[in-house]
This record gives sequence, C-alpha cells and structure tokens, in this order.
Amino acid sequence: MPKLGEVCRYIRSKQAGPFWITFDIFFDSRENFDRYHESPALSVEEFARLYGADPAYVKRIPVPQLSMIKISYPRPTSQGGMVERDMHAGQQYVRLLKVPVS
Amino acid sequence: MKQDLEETIKIIVPCPTLGAGVREDEVTRGLMLGGQAIATDAGSTDSGAAYLALGKSKNNRGAVKRDLKIMMKAQATSGVPIIVGTSGQAGGDLNLAWTRDIVLEIARELAVSPRIAMIHCEQDKATIKRLNAEGRITPLAPSKDLDDATIDSCEHIVAALGVEPFVAALEDGADIILAGRATDTAVIASFPIWKGAPWGPSWHAGKIAECGVQCAENATGGSGVLLSVDANGFEVEPLDPSNRCTPNSVSGHMLYENSDPFRLTEPGGVLDVSAAEYVSLNERTVRVTGSRWEPKPYTMKLEGAVAGPYQTIMLVGIQDPDVLADIDGFHDRLLAALYERTRQCIPEEELGEFHISLRMYGWNAVTGVKPLAGTATPPEVGVLFVATASTQELANTIAHACNPYFFHYPSIMGEELPSYGFAFSPADIPRGRIYEFKLNHVVRLDDPFELVTTEWLDLSQENGSKEKEYA
Repeated sequence: MPKLGEVCRYIRSKQAGPFWITFDIFFDSRENFDRYHESPALSVEEFARLYGADPAYVKRIPVPQLSMIKISYPRPTSQGGMVERDMHAGQQYVRLLKVPVS
Repeated sequence: MKQDLEETIKIIVPCPTLGAGVREDEVTRGLMLGGQAIATDAGSTDSGAAYLALGKSKNNRGAVKRDLKIMMKAQATSGVPIIVGTSGQAGGDLNLAWTRDIVLEIARELAVSPRIAMIHCEQDKATIKRLNAEGRITPLAPSKDLDDATIDSCEHIVAALGVEPFVAALEDGADIILAGRATDTAVIASFPIWKGAPWGPSWHAGKIAECGVQCAENATGGSGVLLSVDANGFEVEPLDPSNRCTPNSVSGHMLYENSDPFRLTEPGGVLDVSAAEYVSLNERTVRVTGSRWEPKPYTMKLEGAVAGPYQTIMLVGIQDPDVLADIDGFHDRLLAALYERTRQCIPEEELGEFHISLRMYGWNAVTGVKPLAGTATPPEVGVLFVATASTQELANTIAHACNPYFFHYPSIMGEELPSYGFAFSPADIPRGRIYEFKLNHVVRLDDPFELVTTEWLDLSQENGSKEKEYA
C-alpha cells in the first residue's frame, strides 16, 4: 500500500481565515487522483480521527480538473492562543505524508 | 450600472500586499499596457489578531512608504486612482490613520495634492450590540451565537467592506482610496464593477489577483499582475515579462487560503467559479470565462480582536542521552513537576488561573502529537517553556518559580543534577499578551453603507487654503 506522500506531487496545509485550516492534496497524475482520492484514509471520518476534528464540520472537496482534493476543518484551538504551535498551520500537512492509501 | 461594456477594464495589482515590494518598472509597464487603476490590499488576518488589537502594522513603515511612493508617483503622472484595502495590516481606525500619515508624508515629499478618500469600517460596541439584539448577526460554523460579553472583550471590531463604498469613492473622484478592513477580493473587483464590468468576472479577477504574482507560475518572479476585465470574462498576466500565468497556476490560486475552492461568499453575494474555464491565450496570459455572481442578501463579516492573558517563555537545548532516550516521559514528568513547583511557590489566591506548556522542538513541538513508537532519537531537542497567566508579573513569577527545575530537572531521579543548555540571561523572556480573533460572525444589512463612513482629505483644497493663510 503506497503512502499518500508517494502518490502526490505536493501536499500543503494553510490557515483559511483565523478559524479554519485547509489541506490541498495534489496527486502526481490524473491516474493516481482517480485511483486514490476516494481512499478510506482520505475519508471525512478518517481525516477527523487523524486531526482530532469533529467530522460534522470537515469539508472534503475533490477538484478533478487539478487532480487534487481539498479538505478543510475548523481550527481546534484559537489562532495565536495560549497553546498555539503553528500560527499559519503550515506544518500540519506532514501527518498526511505517511498515511497509507489504497 | 452601465450595460453592454464595450471597453476592456485594466487594473494593475502591483504586489501581493502593500509593503511586499512594488516594482517601479512593473507599474510603468502596467500603465504602458493601459492600466486604469492600481489596486492592492495591505494586510490580512494571517498573522493573527495582534495587529487589529494593537492597531499596528506588521509590515514596517519604510517598506510601506517605499511601495506607496512608487504608486503615488505613478498616480500623479498618469491620473489613475490608487485603491488600498485593509490599510495598516488590519483595517481598524488606528491602522488606517497610520497609513494616512505615510500618504500625507509622501504627498509633501512629492509635492502632489491628491484627493484621498478614507473608508472607515471600525465599529463601536454599542452598534454591534444593537445589531445583535435585532437578530441581524449570525455565527459562521462552527461558532456560537454572539453575546454582549464577547463584544465587550474585543479591543477593536471591524466589518469587512464589499465593493460598494469603493465604487462610491471612485464615483466621487478619489485619486487615492485608503480603506479599512475589506475582503481582499473587493479591493480589486471594485474598479471594474465601477466601470460597468459584469460582477462574476470582476470578483473572480479580484480573487485571482489578490496576492499579486502568486497566481503566476513563478510566485517570486516579479511582484504584480495586470488584469483585463471585459463583458465576457477576464485575462491575467504577470507584469514581469519573464514570468507567465498558466491555466494551472491561475485556477490553482482559487484553492489558496479558502476552505471551498468553488464558492466564495462576499458582501452581497457568492462568487461561483464551478463552471469557470481557464485557457492560455498566449505564453503568458490566461483567459477565464464562466465565472458567475449570485446576488444574496447583503452581509458583512465581522472581525474582533481580543487581548488575552500574558506569557513568559524560557528556552533550553538538551543533548543529555537519558532525556533523548525518553523524550515523551521526560516531558510529562517535567511538566508535572513544574505545575507542582508553581503551586508550592505561589499562593493559590494570587496565582489564579494559569497554564504551563512545554514544546519539545526537534521532537513534536509543531503538533504536540506524540510521534509513532520507534521514531528515531534526535541528537538534541530544544524545549520551550511557556507560562500563561492573567498578568505579565504573574507569568514572570511562575517562570522564576520554575526556573531551577526547568534548567536542571534530571530525566532519571537520583542521578546527579544536570544543567541543560540555556541560551540567555536573564533566562525568562516576558513576551506580552495573547491576541485572538473572537468574532466569526456576519451581520445582515439592508444598506451596504450602514456601517461605513467615508472621510475625505482633499489636499488640493487644503494646500489652497494654507496658501491663503500664509498670503
């Protein structure tokens, strides 16, 4: 089973306003997008589990034209708050790299 | 609004954000290619709520002045208006005044007399409470209903502007518009909309160009882009001739900092780009068609910044092999010891609510999530101590109480006390308050101007009257 990082050309995370974090997962080909983008590992439920999010608020939007999917979820703690570790959420994608996809 | 737009409306977006480095050659080129306006935002919420709470800019004054000066020179010689949104990083009245003072200084230096429109959108708390009581404020997911205590806790509240106040200022002859908090998109979309361009392509063009050259293939190749909006769509090209826009680079920008890449809610409607088509016109230019605007009841998004408790930090570097062999265990034992030590040293009634965290840089500081079992041991970790308390003095006191443990606590009890590698003296660094955005709400309005005031500074008039005074 390949890891997500091995079938993507680029995965990024970024804040989307102060209250949301968004992930852009660009597959390395249309073929791999078709093959893997509906992988259970990239389901709303699995994503919510990985990031400790409420699945009810997780948005998951495939963008076939760009062979990518976008997954967004509400920031678990306030941006810049007491326990902030990643203001721009720029390093949050790393956890996705090793997720096995099928 | 004009119908059947015949001309093409051209807007220069000279930089990703004001202060990021406008290039004079690019502005000149944009004007040569027919640019009719220069538009840019000057801030965002990206770097946190401190800038709205404090009324300060993140970009330094020199950089903002440099960029504005290039734009104002171009304005003075060409007559095209300058449109700046989210002035001074956060768009509150203090941020706007900071930007105004820079513009006035440049006007004196260049001996120019523009008509300046300042669009204010900072809100007083009484207004927000009234609107809330009238049931006109609704939370955006996953926020909750707004209450007066939350409104009172905010240092400053702004309502993000749509295009209407910009259009009105252009109509009234502004040479320079300095606006408070605006949606990035509205700052740029306002000009083609004023000229009678259709709203779908105008808003979409605004979104694509909001970060200047970032929608091009090489996001560091130059600084700005030129937009051309017409009756059926829009085109975008980088102002640096060596850079290019491609359908991928342009459509890819719709993903940026959005939770939904196809539908963007803006004041007064939703931009829907789900049917948009992106085609290369030539090597460098992309044409976009099919962008749609769905009018909706008018709303403005509210932003409020809260100043919270205070923090004091300390830092050590650790190479001790016993610590590195069990970083998670060391973290948990040390953290428990620091809480205990704090409670022993400071009376409970004085201490109040407080919080300590340890971030293990080199291990899991960025997420706080425990690494998988079997993760290789790093050669060293940096440990950041963060104490949070209701006053700076108290946060400092907690750091002082924790100091001996933090710098010497052994991984294995009973071993000789080590001294970890601390970098500074004094070891504790007061870092001030925590700033947070509290409002995530929209306010429903019948009139786009209800929460907006436009103030005019007509330098030609002022200079005229001064001359009279001196005469």
